[in-house]
Amino acid sequence: MKRKGAFLVLLIIFFVTIIVSIRIGSVSVSYEDILNALTSDKGGIAGIIRNIRLPRILMAIIIGANLAVSGVLLQGVMRNPLADPGITGISAGASVVVMIVMLYFPSAAASMPVFGFLGGVMACAIIYGLAWKKGLSAMRIVLAGVAVNSILGGITSMIQLMNSENLQGVLNWLNGELGKKSWAQVQYVAIYSVVGLVLAFLLHRCLDVLALGDKNTKSLGYNPNVLRLLISGVAVLLAGISTAYVGVIGFIGLIVPHISRMLMGSEHKRLIPFSALMGATILLAADTIGRTIIAPYEIPVGVITTVFGGPFFLYLLRKDSKGYGD
Amino acid sequence: MEIKKLTFSYGDKSFIEGLSGKIEKGKITTILGPNGCGKSTLLNLLVNQLKPQGGQILLDGRDVKRIPLREMARNVAMVHQQNSVPADTTVERLIEFGRMPYQTMFSSEDEEGESVVKWALKVTNLEHMAKKRVGQLSGGERQRAWIALALAQKTDILFLDEPTTYLDIYYQMEILTLVRRLNREYGMTIVMVLHDINQAMQFSDNLIIMKKGTICYAGDVEGGITEARLKEVYGIDAVIKWSKQNNCPYMIPIVEPEEYGHAVAM
Repeated sequence: MKRKGAFLVLLIIFFVTIIVSIRIGSVSVSYEDILNALTSDKGGIAGIIRNIRLPRILMAIIIGANLAVSGVLLQGVMRNPLADPGITGISAGASVVVMIVMLYFPSAAASMPVFGFLGGVMACAIIYGLAWKKGLSAMRIVLAGVAVNSILGGITSMIQLMNSENLQGVLNWLNGELGKKSWAQVQYVAIYSVVGLVLAFLLHRCLDVLALGDKNTKSLGYNPNVLRLLISGVAVLLAGISTAYVGVIGFIGLIVPHISRMLMGSEHKRLIPFSALMGATILLAADTIGRTIIAPYEIPVGVITTVFGGPFFLYLLRKDSKGYGD
Repeated sequence: MEIKKLTFSYGDKSFIEGLSGKIEKGKITTILGPNGCGKSTLLNLLVNQLKPQGGQILLDGRDVKRIPLREMARNVAMVHQQNSVPADTTVERLIEFGRMPYQTMFSSEDEEGESVVKWALKVTNLEHMAKKRVGQLSGGERQRAWIALALAQKTDILFLDEPTTYLDIYYQMEILTLVRRLNREYGMTIVMVLHDINQAMQFSDNLIIMKKGTICYAGDVEGGITEARLKEVYGIDAVIKWSKQNNCPYMIPIVEPEEYGHAVAM
């Protein structure tokens, strides 16, 4: 009952956030305008809603859900509350590859998600290689993540210096940029993401059984390493496509699964949908704050999530990891 | 089950070499031996958790290495020594995991599932705790819940790796009598590792006694535990007596105060 209540409350907050996000901005909007935007093809304010705010809101919802679920999967698979696409370097891996493609092969822009996925896979493989020793310890993941992130950060800086003349667009993207997306882009992200999210949900029982430990997983007839590979693959897909479209947005995948776990318990059947909804809500709220707080200027949403999410990471570092079956 | 010339090593250090033996169907077999003799390793080899470098383990004539994991899980269940589960999992939910070998990765469809879980709860006397969270259970109750999970796998053979370790004596007896009931009432073949020699004598039909990676005795209890063998395997002097109440032998080590005294003084 408590769980249903939490879900309902979150759902209400989600819709309220959407409405608030449509209404506020450099141009304020009335409910009538919203109705017009949805039902007619009028220009003016309705056009702003339809062509600027709605795609941006949808983008935030999709990306928020992706990153949160990616975090749930990584935490389940590494059995560790500190695993998240940002800290592990998966986002950074995706962004470096995507940036290289953006700058040197701009004609390949349509297949960005593929490159994002490949970059993420690369980083994920390095993390497993560095941090694996009869399972993954929290400290090893964080240390390997620091190493991978700083190497990739170095590569990013180097590429930036070499391409300083056509960098502005890339720079905004790098900090996590949800605005200026076309409906076509939203459509592409939506397709990839729905596939990823559905796959993630289908794996909920595998995530549950992994929490019993490798030995029990095997005793129950499943190869833990195969499950790990599958789940990591979906997690990297979700984080990779997100990074390919909007750049690096940190900490959503860290905070959201943690709070969801406290409210929903450890069963992934509930944890995955709830995290998706909460990730969508939080990223949308963060983006709305980012584009209104110092208007007419905008703070990239990646900066907002880092400012609020960083301290939370420090808090998790202090706390011990309960609830992962250890 | 049959063990044929089994060889196993950790890294390049050879651990078990040319080990052969047999597990009798429908009996309780206990593997005994001092620390580090390879009893847990043997148990894990038997259930295919570890892969031997050489030799074979045959289950009904088939090499366990060749049996797919899921099929294996429908024939052999194991209660591991150390288990972990998120603390908010209910007892019932934990036991349901035992049905996974009968379900697919993506769906929990399973006609017998519900009735089997109910049965496992009943056998382990956990019916009234079905909705309780595992985190709230006592050590003995938790161990019973893990046994119930293994029972939900509906296997003919049950393996237990030191099922009584970390438990008070009351709960140790509770677990061991449960194990005996599973054997006597439901005809399950039981293979377990125990630390306590007296418990092994009291609750087993057969013993496998190991020393340094080899089997030095396999057979019935009375032939297995002799004063000479206790000296040979454990390095202790002991007397073996007969308990009329339990209708089984028991042993107690003889200790000259001086003999072990210097160890204490150090």
